[in-house]
Amino acid sequence: MGKIKSLDELRQLREQYKSKVDIREKGDQIEKMIQVRVAMATCGIASGARDVMNTLVDEVTNRRLDNVVISQTGCMGYCYAEPTIEVTIPGKDPVVFGEVNKERAVEILEKYIINGELLDGIIPVTHKTVDD
Amino acid sequence: MSRYKMHVLVCGGTGCVSSNSLQIVDNLKNHIKENGLENDIQVLKTGCFGFCEKGPIVKILPDNTFYVQVKPEDAEIIVKEHLVKGRKVDKLLYKEPSTEKSIDDSKHMEFYKKQMRVALRNCGFIDPDNIEEYIARDGYQALGKALVEMTPELVIEEMKKSGLRGRGGGGFPTGLKWEFARKNKGDQKYVVCNADEGDPGAFMDRSILEGDPHSIVEAMAICGYAIGADKGLVYIRAEYPLAVKRLEKAIKDAREYGLLGKNILDSGFDFDIEIKYGAGAFVCGEETALIHSMEGERGEPTTKPPFPAESGYWGKPTNVNNVETFANVPVILLKGADWFQTIGTEKSKGTKVFALAGKINNVGLIEVPMGTTLREVIFDIGGGIKDGKRFKAVQTGGPSGGCLTEEDLDTPIDFDNLLAKGSMMGSGGMIVMDEDDCMPSVAKFYLEFTEDESCGKCTPCRIGTKRLSELLDKVTKGQATMEDLEMLKVLSETIRDTALCGLGQTAPNPVLSTIETFWDEYVAHVKENRCPAGQCTDLLKYFILEEKCIGCTACSRVCPVEAISGKVKSVHVIDQDKCIKCGACYDKCKFSAIIKK
Repeated sequence: MGKIKSLDELRQLREQYKSKVDIREKGDQIEKMIQVRVAMATCGIASGARDVMNTLVDEVTNRRLDNVVISQTGCMGYCYAEPTIEVTIPGKDPVVFGEVNKERAVEILEKYIINGELLDGIIPVTHKTVDD
Repeated sequence: MSRYKMHVLVCGGTGCVSSNSLQIVDNLKNHIKENGLENDIQVLKTGCFGFCEKGPIVKILPDNTFYVQVKPEDAEIIVKEHLVKGRKVDKLLYKEPSTEKSIDDSKHMEFYKKQMRVALRNCGFIDPDNIEEYIARDGYQALGKALVEMTPELVIEEMKKSGLRGRGGGGFPTGLKWEFARKNKGDQKYVVCNADEGDPGAFMDRSILEGDPHSIVEAMAICGYAIGADKGLVYIRAEYPLAVKRLEKAIKDAREYGLLGKNILDSGFDFDIEIKYGAGAFVCGEETALIHSMEGERGEPTTKPPFPAESGYWGKPTNVNNVETFANVPVILLKGADWFQTIGTEKSKGTKVFALAGKINNVGLIEVPMGTTLREVIFDIGGGIKDGKRFKAVQTGGPSGGCLTEEDLDTPIDFDNLLAKGSMMGSGGMIVMDEDDCMPSVAKFYLEFTEDESCGKCTPCRIGTKRLSELLDKVTKGQATMEDLEMLKVLSETIRDTALCGLGQTAPNPVLSTIETFWDEYVAHVKENRCPAGQCTDLLKYFILEEKCIGCTACSRVCPVEAISGKVKSVHVIDQDKCIKCGACYDKCKFSAIIKK
């Protein structure tokens, strides 16, 4: 690393390094984030959840979506429809999408996460959580 | 380039490191590699999370999972369950003591809810050894802004407007201090960072240096620009090896990046920092003593004026600020004085870091806005008193401070309120005491400390603290008279009024602040030879209650001096002449038949 020679250069460097702490910044403000949880239990991983996860992370990073955070979770119970992802927009009920592959992940990202439009393939909520 | 999806943060502060947290880092990395996830998950060590009570801490992001008291061997289950399968490891989650429920998101922990982290903004968030992470968090932007867009006068104006006051205990307005140093002419000026944290129980400066050393480097450079100094010195005690190591690395990296050295960011401003090691004397936290120590002289204070701003290190204008004060500087310049003004009380702006210690559930490091009440700090954030005991007092300001009691709990904490209550902010140590703590003994503890740390230069402090601790010793042994209690008061006031420096002037505070409030307790020691808290062993007597003793003989078997006699299945008796008050029988009895009073 050479010496930083100007404030502009320092600012560029900051932008370049931002991704290093991005996940932590988002976690710190999790309540304001659109949270995408990818079910990554054995069945999910076996049906390709890791690919879906990687695709989502790449897309969110490339599109610089500062308000979307991708995390993994355990089995959601919809093993017949794996890989599944759950999207929670702040203030709205979580929505679970089933049979998500790489292409569908991008579609969900573009339609629901960015524009708020619902699309097919939503799994109706079949249970209540202890918080309800 | 690998794009991490998860970050695993392991506390690398001194507390957690001594509980083997670095081994956890290695184990996590190994298990992650075994599972082929090394490109997906990043493991790093950070500074202190503050929740030292339950260390070592491991935090996983982005889901804010907060694992407590993690052992190196737990790394395997964290990787297998949480990182691979997405199932949180319940047994390692923090459980809120009031509800016994596991908290899976640190945002929901009572400990963090009322906190506001300004000085500690990067502690437990970035890898302190990685300058790139500091830069990613707006690091050195404030320095850049000052050098390129502001005049030194404007920087000082902004600091004055912010209302920032010295966090080392004095509470002197930082901007004003900088202005004095700027106005004094000199061919060479110095910026000094006081990292000689000496209050028993205070460890915020250490934690900042360990968790975010670059913030101090940056702030010192800003101060150098403001006052016209090209040289900075950090006076740090050698007992802080980890802080020293991280600071050394930060200075080296900053030089490599051109953020220290000649012509920083092409502004024409030169600045570099040197570390000076102290031997850990309490008095060296006093700025004139600190400067003498740096010059190689004895660490003894001299009268002010002249203030260091006129004649400091080698007689040159010198500005001395404490670590926590410096940690606030970059944020103030970036977010503006107006923003800083909105936090805190009328005369104490911003936040303050406190080190919670003593009989409190959540021992650790916290940061709250000024004006937060003691009750909120002790009961909400601190989780209340250990073992459900009753709160008795809290010592703020360390050995120079005083004890605050139940009736002060709703006082909003700031510099002036604490002074008005007969204590002080000090550097932010808070030692909480419960019903089992004896106040004359507490005062004695602090006086023994100041007696030990007195440099000996002035008579009131050298001899006065010695006499005070002797008098307190008499009290705790039941040998004092009522005249001695009067003498305690008179002597305390004399030392306060006549000692040379802050150490001596404040040394009697633990006496003055307890003798009024806990007068009855002092009198009980003198008149009744009784310690109401049951702490002073010389005044204790152990008795066996006839109605409860079943004659199991357990006590007589454990007594080291054969002071307990009695036959099997008949009531036992303690021979008071033989008893050495070790308490072994008291601990052994299963029937609460032994009492001490």
